[in-house]
Amino acid sequence: MENSLNKKLLVVLLLIGLGAPFVVYPVFLMQLYCFALFACAFNLLLGYTGLLSFGHAAFFGGAAYITGYLVKNAGFTPEMGILAGTLAAAAMGFVFGILTIRRQGIYFAMITLALAQVVYFVALKAPFTGGEDGLQNVPRGKLLGLVNLGRTYHLAGKSLELNLYYFVFAIFCAGFWLLYRTINSPFGQVIKAIRENEPRAVSLGYRVERIKLLAFVISAALSGTAGATKTLVFQLASLTDVSWHTSGDVVLMTLLGGLGTVAGPVMGAFTVVSLQTGLSSIGSWVTVVIGAIFVICVLLFRRGFVGELSRIIKKVFEGDLPSEDSGRIQGRQEGKQAPGPGAASG
Amino acid sequence: MAQWVLETKKLSKEFRGFLAVSQVDIRVQKGCVHALIGPNGAGKTTVFNLLTRFITPSSGAIFFNGVDITKKKPAEVALMGMVRSFQISAVFPNLTPFENVRIALQRPLGTACHFWKPLSSLDTLSDKIMELLEAVGLQQLAHRPTVELAYGRKRALEIATTLALEPEMMLLDEPTQGMGAEDVERITELVRKVAAGRTILMVEHNLKVVASLAERITVLNRGKVLAEGHYEEISRNPSVMEAYMGSENG
Repeated sequence: MENSLNKKLLVVLLLIGLGAPFVVYPVFLMQLYCFALFACAFNLLLGYTGLLSFGHAAFFGGAAYITGYLVKNAGFTPEMGILAGTLAAAAMGFVFGILTIRRQGIYFAMITLALAQVVYFVALKAPFTGGEDGLQNVPRGKLLGLVNLGRTYHLAGKSLELNLYYFVFAIFCAGFWLLYRTINSPFGQVIKAIRENEPRAVSLGYRVERIKLLAFVISAALSGTAGATKTLVFQLASLTDVSWHTSGDVVLMTLLGGLGTVAGPVMGAFTVVSLQTGLSSIGSWVTVVIGAIFVICVLLFRRGFVGELSRIIKKVFEGDLPSEDSGRIQGRQEGKQAPGPGAASG
Repeated sequence: MAQWVLETKKLSKEFRGFLAVSQVDIRVQKGCVHALIGPNGAGKTTVFNLLTRFITPSSGAIFFNGVDITKKKPAEVALMGMVRSFQISAVFPNLTPFENVRIALQRPLGTACHFWKPLSSLDTLSDKIMELLEAVGLQQLAHRPTVELAYGRKRALEIATTLALEPEMMLLDEPTQGMGAEDVERITELVRKVAAGRTILMVEHNLKVVASLAERITVLNRGKVLAEGHYEEISRNPSVMEAYMGSENG
């Protein structure tokens, strides 16, 4: 039952996605998709593998620069540019992963941050990145050499970049699907097991370092896809994309939406990007507002929006059943000095 | 030589000048339940961690079926057929018991890195999973979150997970620690059941459990082997009595 419900929901969301550009400014929507994909890719690492990377902007921004350069200066078509950006991010992920994967917790976070700062420095100083200006006026090009992604349609007084929109929407859906599949795969089970209890996974014969490395590479690659797509949307790759602020933003999005939930990072990204865009008139106060929301979120719903919501839905569907197990144990121990429910749930 | 499944030769571990384990020789016979006992701080858990390669010995060697495993990695030792349990209940708390056992069963399939396959590719394991859960009395709770299970049931689940690997040898680290009398009996029975056709080495505090399960016993004290033999021999040994005085009397 829950499965068919999910399918219906998915179809509805897909239809909304197809119709959305006629209602909402398409560039804003595309921005949402890019960051949502970024957050989902990040969530694979933080939410499902239990690794907090503080340098994911390196993959997002690194791919943004590489795609931007190849499309602008080497005449790559957009899809080849994005593919190249994704592969470059995967390769970077592999190098980062090899260097960091044996570290735990805060050390892992610090080393990923340090490596990301190296990438930032390269983006600032390297001759092909445009330094402080970044790469500007990246052409959107022709998809497969056929469909002009830069084309705008004029409908009811609005100009809509529909070709690009559907291209980006398709990339987002494909990326989201790939992550969904990864989470619900044999591999997904193993990374969850590693998150839950790493020594136990080792004792069951899993080579956890290899598995964590693969999770890292997948996460980096899809972060790269997001960054590369972003370059085409804004026709710009800039230092912001590789800065540690972006690394921080993606952590925030994931936590706000709900760690380790499939839809959580999407909601989190929508929230943060909407706030950043909608409140841009109040300048740097945006940071304060988002910070306040984050604090409230941490205090009130620790599982994030989606985590909290799905818990409520589960409660409504299943009813708040008492734990079957503790009930049975107490039943069995009738007449004896039964331990309290606290002891039973140990 | 061949009858020893597990053998250590002059195994020692030094922690910053403190000799936790010193020149320990243990030999575990094939198909036997072997218990490792000793007062607190005798080095039981250290020996245990050395055997499963979670820590590296300062000197000495470990042989599993005649193969030197002193330099192998923990995961490799597990793949060779020696699987351990942990003192702290080793389950995956936010997965269901069903998924817990599946993690163990899916490893031999070699699809651990197949992120493009659907979960239904693991459906072939379902019968085996339910069989294992039934063996430890958890079939009713297969799809509840493991965190909600009582302590004794978590340990039972852990044993089911370990059994799923069909290990030739199981190392159990204090299987009944922190349990009520009811659970202790259940786990004792369970260990007896799974011991058929396997070799088991267990660290155990509860001497009643040791007496009813173990065929051979090694007593450790201050990192050294104090005595080895059957329960009766051991319980009459004066130096064992002395070592246990005031710390533990079963």
